[in-house]
Parts: sequence; structure tokens; C-alpha cells
Amino acid sequence: MTIAVSDPPARMTHGFDYTKLVLYGIALVLCVLIVLPMSWLIYYAFVDKNGAFTFGNFVTLVNDPTLLDPLITTFTLAFSTSLICCIVAAPMGWLVARTDMPLRRTVRLLVTASFVTPPFLGAIAWELLAAPNSGLLNKIYRVVTGAAADEHLLNIYSFSGLIFVIACYTFPYVFVLVANALDRTPGELEDASSILGGSTWVTARRVTIPLVLPAILAGALVAFLQAMTLFGSPAILALPAGFHTMTTKIWSLFQYPPKPELAAAASLPLLILTVLLLRAEHMILGRRSYAVLGGKNSDPRLIRLGWMRWAALALCFIVLLNPVFLPYAALFNATFSKVASQFITFSNFTFHNIHFVLFELSATKLALYNTFVLGIATATIGTVVAVVISYLTTREAVSGHRALGFLATAPVAIPGIVLGVGLFLSYTRPPFVLYGTLWILLLAFLTLAMPAAYQQMQSALKAIHPELEDASRILGATRLKALRQITAPLLRTSVIATWCFVFVGTIRELSAAVMLFTSETKVISVLIFDLNESGDLAAISVLGLIMLVVTSGIVALANRLRLGGGSVRLRDN
Amino acid sequence: MTWTFSRRDVLKASSALALTFPAARVLAAAPAPTAITPALIEAARKEGKVVYYTSIDLPLAEKIAKSFEAKYPGIAVRVERTGAERVFQRIGQEYGSRIYAVDVVNSSDAAHFIAWKRDGILAPDVPEDVAKLYPAEHKDPDGQFASFRVGMSVIGYNTNLVKAEDAPKSFADLLDPKWSGKMVKAHPGYSGNVMSATFQVTRDLGWEYLEKLAKQKIMQVQSSTDPPKKLALGERAVMVDGNEYNALQIKEAGQPIEIVYPSEGTPMAVGPNAIFKNAPNPNAARLLNSYMFTPECQQLVIDAGALRSVHPGAKEKPGRKPFKDIKVMKDDAAGVEKMAEQIKGRYSKIFGV
Repeated sequence: MTIAVSDPPARMTHGFDYTKLVLYGIALVLCVLIVLPMSWLIYYAFVDKNGAFTFGNFVTLVNDPTLLDPLITTFTLAFSTSLICCIVAAPMGWLVARTDMPLRRTVRLLVTASFVTPPFLGAIAWELLAAPNSGLLNKIYRVVTGAAADEHLLNIYSFSGLIFVIACYTFPYVFVLVANALDRTPGELEDASSILGGSTWVTARRVTIPLVLPAILAGALVAFLQAMTLFGSPAILALPAGFHTMTTKIWSLFQYPPKPELAAAASLPLLILTVLLLRAEHMILGRRSYAVLGGKNSDPRLIRLGWMRWAALALCFIVLLNPVFLPYAALFNATFSKVASQFITFSNFTFHNIHFVLFELSATKLALYNTFVLGIATATIGTVVAVVISYLTTREAVSGHRALGFLATAPVAIPGIVLGVGLFLSYTRPPFVLYGTLWILLLAFLTLAMPAAYQQMQSALKAIHPELEDASRILGATRLKALRQITAPLLRTSVIATWCFVFVGTIRELSAAVMLFTSETKVISVLIFDLNESGDLAAISVLGLIMLVVTSGIVALANRLRLGGGSVRLRDN
Repeated sequence: MTWTFSRRDVLKASSALALTFPAARVLAAAPAPTAITPALIEAARKEGKVVYYTSIDLPLAEKIAKSFEAKYPGIAVRVERTGAERVFQRIGQEYGSRIYAVDVVNSSDAAHFIAWKRDGILAPDVPEDVAKLYPAEHKDPDGQFASFRVGMSVIGYNTNLVKAEDAPKSFADLLDPKWSGKMVKAHPGYSGNVMSATFQVTRDLGWEYLEKLAKQKIMQVQSSTDPPKKLALGERAVMVDGNEYNALQIKEAGQPIEIVYPSEGTPMAVGPNAIFKNAPNPNAARLLNSYMFTPECQQLVIDAGALRSVHPGAKEKPGRKPFKDIKVMKDDAAGVEKMAEQIKGRYSKIFGV
């Protein structure tokens, strides 16, 4: 007994806790990743061309209508998008989670498909569909109604067109939040309501909806943020329509002669607003925990819709036409058609576009290579770092773990384009000259991927009770051995799933990449963006379908591994 | 750390010296012409690749690259295609960070070459054809650049949507309310061709013209390669500006578009070539640059690309309006160079983007 008591303290004084070293190392890396670019951004916003302190950049920002108008446009855009997303996605989430609508799994899968479609690709596909004159849908409209050649049903080059396209690729965020909240809400509360005599609809109105309201509000905020910080879709649709959003304006400030000070100043409102909205989201979502109070949950009872379930299904499919079926059909059509705006027939069927992209376009090979190298590197490093951080924070292994968690989540507040500006300002000067290498893109992608990867791994680790590790350690294993033998095998599927999601998120990133690429470090998303500027829609379609194939392969893999939860937040561009 | 010199390094250093000293002695005059010699080809092949930044339409740029690769196997050309103003921005941004990626540049905004020359970042290189055959106004007296191509920005229309007798004949015709909402136009902040055109149009017709034009609900695209493509798609009936060469290519491919050379004169843009002092592949750069001025490549540029050439040996393709018969607006690269920033700013204010 005495021996047993005196022995462990002796070992503890000898052993050095390596986890501390890991903690400080990672904290330092995270600080450099986030704090350095943001400091340069703020510094630049407050200096003039000669490096003297000034508020002049902000004065210009407010007084110059070409800078102020985009700000107002952006807010209107984000607000409308958010509203539309909630109106469409919340009922769909409810239908999928709480009713006996058929094909619920398929609907969820198709929402995932719109989730992983790069928004800029969707925007280009909608150009093919709904450009006022050459758009395929407008052509059908004219044939069906016999309208004159210059009449059109839809005009995608418009403010409402832009809102529509952004909403198409933003509504999954609301959908996932709502559906997940409903999945987690225990059935007992609704049962209690029914037992007390509440009808189905009373229960829905007085129990279910209040329970998911926080999720809807959170979804609205996320949608607002997505729409506000998106770059690709406005660059593709707003410029032909003759207006700027904040992100395209920031990008255009880098045109010759570049005005980094103004770009930095214009980035700050985006950054501040994002931080504020995320605080709000946190407050709202923080309250949500009351929804999962009741110890063991029973599966919720599904509401019987009767004949209306087919109507509900039809409604879901009509919604899903817009982000998935129609755009991919248009891309497919453009891939094999001699003229992108003409329907495939025997006379204009061609393999030329595929041949051009794969064998004539000299940028394709390099861009594909860069994209995959970066995708794999970001996913691997990002997942490893996320695992380590979430281990340290969930097991509270070291003091200061809270700060670590905060640092890992902080990049969520940085819009891609703002991060791009910050990284450009930080890494084009000594001591770190990384611009022109893949490293700067790796840094950008890692930073952007970190919050999602961390959230994902953290929830996975929370689900593994520490008693398993404790048992191992009581039996004499070191912390690392316990990790390797007990925790790692349990985490495997989550790790692979996180890897896949970071990979998918990385290969479609545009907004940071467009600020940071050079000719040697071009990625597919930037190549697509360039091709759009010269009007080579067919080549884009080919590249888009290549991306689709790769992405769906990866997502299918992640789904096979039973990726739980929808807490993953893919970045939009 | 120890330094070791290979024989090749020594050779490189001595040849660099040999090149520098004579050039220093005759600073003001053009250097001796670059001939395509077996030694140059061999040196280029050792480098194995060359990077070509250009604003020329992508399929045409790749065609030129493929023809070079076919003629000089073992030297891969990588084309970096973006709008001329973006090419200029990109090189400025890269050089600002000491990234020397570009070997050969071609831009449809000749003003850029004035700026690059002033910055002292171009390497003198006079291909043999340029030295012997090119008119003086199409080559830099110090041998730093020469006109690779001549392009025009034309008006055009989709023949399915507009009858020939209704088609606009002049810039003034485009102000007719019947074209409201039916026109597409490229952007001078992006396209060098349109930058030159905007300079010439505002010089000859005044900014009031563009102010009136902006009220016509124009669809604004970026590259001057895009408006002819939008006409071919049928997306708009009329284009205000756009590359003549894209329009010709599309028309000759049987698509329903027609070109109009405006009666006020057609804006013209000269697109020179140059190589950089810090080119990573200097020999391949000189070989590619020389190749591009040969009658062979110039004829390809005319036949496949529908561009105009100032090479006296190159023949115009029958069926196209000969260059000498087209009334052009006078190009003035030095004027564009002075006005470029002002033009971009004022244009953005008028058109909103």
C-alpha cells in the first residue's frame, strides 16, 4: 500500500508533459496563421501610401459612391438571400425530419449535392440557363409561348438573378441546421403534447416550431454571412449587370494601379460585421441546448401527411431543380455542344471541348496538379491539427485549452477575400516571402478550413467518453499510448470524414485563391474564373464536370463512412 | 557552405558577360538581331520550357504554342492568358514581390511596353524578321519590343436578330433607343484592346458619347474576346466593341454574326511582344519571340487567328476586308499610357462597374 502510493508521484516528477509543448507550438502556429494577416490588414487600413497614420481611407470609403454603393448593395443582397433561404429551407428541413414524405434520404442527399457545388460554377451554369436571350430556359419559354425574339422570362444578369443564384447554394446551410435540430429534438415533448390532447398541428405549432426557431435564426445568420462574403457569383453575374458588391469591389481595388490601403479599409466592415453576426449566432445557438434535455430520447413520431406527402415531395424536387438538376444539365449540354447556348443535336454534338480542355489548354495540367496537391495537403495537415486541438480542448488536457479552441474557431469570422488581402499584404514582404509559392495558398486554405475541421473533430471526440482512455491509463499506458490504442481507432471514421470535407472545401475555394495565385500556382477554381472572363463557357463546363466527378466521389466516400451530423460548414467563395 | 561551380555555370557567366559588355557600349541603338541558330535552339531545348503571358484569345494562343512545340520539340510552352490590363497588373504584382515567372509577353495595350521599358525590366531582343523587314513605327528604336499583331475593335451584330439594312453603321447609330438593352460591351479596366479603343473614341467623339451610350442598358463583360462570343450565343444583338479577329473567326466558322467598321473610324490596338531581363528561360524566350515574327507564325496568326500583321511577307486572307481599306482611328500608345488610370476611373463612374 505504501509502495503503491509513493510510486506514482515519483514518476510524475520525472515525466515531462509533452502535451504542453504541443499546445504552445500549435497556439503559436494558429497565432501566425490568423493574427499576422489580420494585423497587416488593420495596419494598412490606417496608413496612407507613404506609411503615415491616417483615417483617410475610411473617409474615401464613405464619400466615394463607387465604394459606398457596393456596401449597401451587399447588405440588401445578404438580407434578401437569408430571408429566401429560410422560407425555402426550413419547411424542407421539417418535411425531411418529421414527416412521412417519401424519398426523404434522397432529398437529403440532393441537398448535399447543392452543398458541394461550387457557387461560382452554379452561377456560370445559370448564365447558360437564364441569360435573357441565349439562356436555355428563355429559349424554351419563347418556343412554348411564341414570344418575340427579344422577350425573356428570366434575366440572370440582374440583382434579383444574383440573389436567386446565391440562395440556390446557400439554402443548404439553413436546411442542414434545421433538419439536424429536429433530428436531435426528442419525441417525448411532442408525445406529451399529443397525450395532453394537442392535435398534430397544435403540437407542430406550439412545440416543434418553437424548438427549432433558434436553429432557423442561426441558419438565417449563416446564410446572411455566406451571401455577404461570397465572391465568385457576384463577380460572374453582377459585373455584366453593371454593379459591384463589396467583395468584387475589394478585388477590383487590386487592379492596376493597386490600392491595397483602400482594399484593407473596405475589408474591415466585412470583418467586423462577420464577427458581430457570429457572436449573435453563438448567443442564439447557445440557448438551443434545452432542446435535448431529456436523457434517453425516443425517435420522433412522423407526422402523416396523407395524400399531401406526394405534393410535398414534388415541392422538394421543384426546389432542387434549381441548384442541382438544371445547372448540371446545362453544364452537360454545353460540354457536348458546339455552341454552349444550343441544345445538343446530332449535327452539333462534339467532343472538341473535352479535347480542348484536356489536350490543348496548357494551363489545365498545372492547375489540376496544384489543386490536388493543395487539397491533399490542406486536408491532411488540417485534420491532424484539428485532431490535436480538439483532443487538448475536449479532454482539457492543458491549461489554456480554451484559448486554443477560440483560435481554431476564429477564422470563421474572416471572409475568404479578406483573408486573401491580409495574406497578400503579410507574405509579399520579408521576413516571410511566400507569395508566388503554393505555401501561401496552403496557409489560406488551412486557415479557412480550420473552424469546420475543428468543430467536426471536437464533436466526434466529445462523443467518446474519457473513461475508455482513463481505463487504459489506469492500466499503465501513457497518454500517447492510450491515444494510439484506444482513441485513434474510435476516431477513424470521423477523421476520414473530416479529411474528405476539408478536401472538398479546398478544391472549390476561389475568393482567397483569386487574390493569391500567380501563373505558377493557379488552381482549378481560378482557371474557371479566368475562362469565364474570356467567355469560354464550354471549357468551363468540362472543368466543372471534372470537379463534380471528383467531389461526388469524395462525398460518396464520406457518406459511406457514415458521416454523422451536419455541423460541417463548408466555406463558400 | 561551400560554393561549387560547374563548367556550365562558368560558361553561363562568361556568356552573360560577353552579352552585357557590347550591349553597354551601344546603349542607345538596337542590339544585333537574334537569328534562330542551332546554338540558340540547343540552349532553348536545355531550358525545356517557356512561359508566355498574353492577352490574345486563348484557343489562338494555344494554337501558336502548339505550332512552336511542333517545330521545336522538347520545349513546352505554357500559356497564361488573361486580359491585357490584368496581364499588366499580374506582372507588376509579381515583379513587386520579386517573382520572375514570365519569359515572353504579348499585350494588346502597347502603352504597357512604354511603362515596362521605363522601368528597365525588358531585355532588348530584335528577331531577325523585325530587324530586316518591319517598318520603323512598329519596332522600338532600342529593340525592346515590336508589333506582334495589330487588332481592331469593331461593331458587330447577330444576323439572326438584326437585318443587314437595320444594322448600325456608326458609333452614332448605337445611341438609337432601339438598341437599348440589346448591346454588349467589353471593359477598359480589363481589356487592352478596349482601353485603346476607349482612348480613341473619347478623343475623337468625346466623353459625352460614352455618357449617352451608358444610358442604353449595356451588358458589361470584361475581355474584348467575349462580346463576339456573346453575339454568337445570341445573348445580345449588337456589340459596341470587341476583337475583330474573334468576330472574323466566329463568322468564318459559320456562326450568324456580321462585322461593321464604324464610319467614324475603327479603333485600332497594336499588340507588341517583348521578353524580360529576368526571364527564367532566356534562350527559349528569345527563340519563341523570334519564331513569332517569322512569316510562318505571322501567317498562322492571320489565317487561323484572323488578326492583322505588319510583316510585309504575310498575305491577307481572301474574303476579309484588307487592312489598308479600313478607315482606322489613329493609335497613340503614349497617349494611352498617360491617360490609362483616368480612363479607368471615369469609365467606372459612367458605367457603374
